[in-house]
Order: sequence, then structure tokens, then C-alpha cells
Amino acid sequence: MNETPELSPAEQAVVDPFPELPVDPDVEAAETTTESGVRRARPVHLAPRNIALVAMGGAVGTGLRLLLEDLVPRWGGVPVVTLAINVVGAFLLGLLLEKVADPALDERWSRRARLGLGTGGLGGFTTYSALATDTALLGHGRPGLAAAYAGGTVVAGLLASIGGITLARALRRTADDGQATGA
Amino acid sequence: MSGLLAAALVCVAGGVGAAARFVLDGVLRQRLSSAYPLSTTIINLSGSLLLGLLTGLTLGHLVDPRWQLVLGTGLMGGYTTFSTASFEVARLVEERRWAAGTTHALGTAVTAVGLAGGGLALGLVLSR
Repeated sequence: MNETPELSPAEQAVVDPFPELPVDPDVEAAETTTESGVRRARPVHLAPRNIALVAMGGAVGTGLRLLLEDLVPRWGGVPVVTLAINVVGAFLLGLLLEKVADPALDERWSRRARLGLGTGGLGGFTTYSALATDTALLGHGRPGLAAAYAGGTVVAGLLASIGGITLARALRRTADDGQATGA
Repeated sequence: MSGLLAAALVCVAGGVGAAARFVLDGVLRQRLSSAYPLSTTIINLSGSLLLGLLTGLTLGHLVDPRWQLVLGTGLMGGYTTFSTASFEVARLVEERRWAAGTTHALGTAVTAVGLAGGGLALGLVLSR
């Protein structure tokens, strides 16, 4: 996921002329602590609220994956449901991350959506370790099928991600045009 | 362990795995200020090795299949992520960084399968 680069400790400990505003756009005002006039920003990944949000999303995404894997049997040893989960997840993450990159959206809600639905939900829904382990298992005896499964997942995932990003951009352009024409 | 309890434990483990990925990703990004998305690669490779090892130990009957479900499907499934890896490749392709994109897509996949295979073999040897 593309986070803004984190500030160095020296950059974090600067005297803040606007104490009511967050130091880093990715850090909420409530997440900063004041020590004798010096303001320290807590990095996004260390804020308990953000960690909890990612964990909740991750639990839901993992539950959905478990349910689907339970419902759909393998086809000739190939975990088609894992393939589908990974490709659909890649599409949805592309759509989500491009959508929340819209500067017109409220920053705080964009970040919550990105962490809860993206890092947590889709991160937990999709899986790389199962892709690797299933390929290694398939490769034991059926190397061609294993290569097709892994290669197919990687290529389809890339195309799906590009598709999601492209769709989000097209939707934003349509919305902008609608506003421009007053429709 | 009932089916419902196992499912609940898988979900909780998935949440813990996702949170661990989030924190580790942030820490790695602070340390490695590289334009190449190395932190996701490190997470996915380490998770693939661990899931391979766990699967090998389960196949060798050293680990109960229900724990394989909680720690494998749950914890390692939540920890590793395919969607972020794909998104990062899409961004590299968009920036026309073909070498980095190919490495991130195919290099990671080949290495992850190799590590998972090594973990599987090690797990089977350990449970002999």
C-alpha cells in the first residue's frame, strides 16, 4: 500500500505553530501528544485505533475467505476459489485505493476506509502464503499445472488491479463532468 | 474444537495477522526508504515460508489440522496479502518501471514458491 513517507524522529519533534492541526496529514490531532511545547506525531501504524481498525477488517476478510474456501471445492487439485479471491481482491483494492486518493474526500474517512477495508479487509481476504504453498504442493508431480496456477494468478491479479484503478478514474471523471455541466 | 469455534478462532487469527502486517509494514517502511515496495515482499516471503513449514508439519502429523486451519488459513492468511502486491505491481507498470514491476510480480512469486517448498520439506523432515 502506498503510504506517504514517514517523518524522521527529528522532523516529528518540531514546535508546532498550529497545535490544533495534525502534524502529518496521516496522523489525527487526537493521536499526537504534547511534551513541554514539543509536539510529537505518532506514526499511523503505531496508533492503537488504526491497529484495531486493521485487525477488525482482517478478521472479516479472513472469515469471508474461510467461508468461500469451505463452499467451493478444488478443481482437479487446483484451488480455484483462492485464485478467484485473490483476483477479485486485487480488483477491489485497486478500485478502493484510487477512489480514496480523491482529494475531494474527507481525509480522515479516506484513511479509515483505506485501513479498515483495504489493509485489513482486502489484505485479510487475499493471501499470498496459500498461493505459494498450494503451488509448491501442486508442483510436486504436476509442475506445469503449478506454474499455470501461480502465473495465472499473478497475471490476472495485475490486470484486475489495473482494471480497478482504471474504473475508479473513469467514475471520477464522469462525476467531474457531471458537476462541470451542472447535471 | 467445534466448527463454529474453529471458524471464530480463524477470524481472530486473521485479524491478528493483518494487524501484524500493518505494524511491520510501517516499521519496515521507516527503515527501508526505497522506491521499490520491499516491505510487502518481505512480509509475503516470510509468510510463505512459515505456511509451508506449518503445512509440512501438518502433513507429517506433528501439528493438528485444526491448528493448521487457525495458524495457516487464519494467521498466515491475514498476515500475507496478494491484493497489495498486485496493486504495487500495477503502480510500477503505470510508472513504466518494467524491471522493478517484473521483479515484484514474478520474482516474488518464484521466491515465495521456493520458500514454501523449502518450508514444506523441512516440516516433513522435522516430523519424521
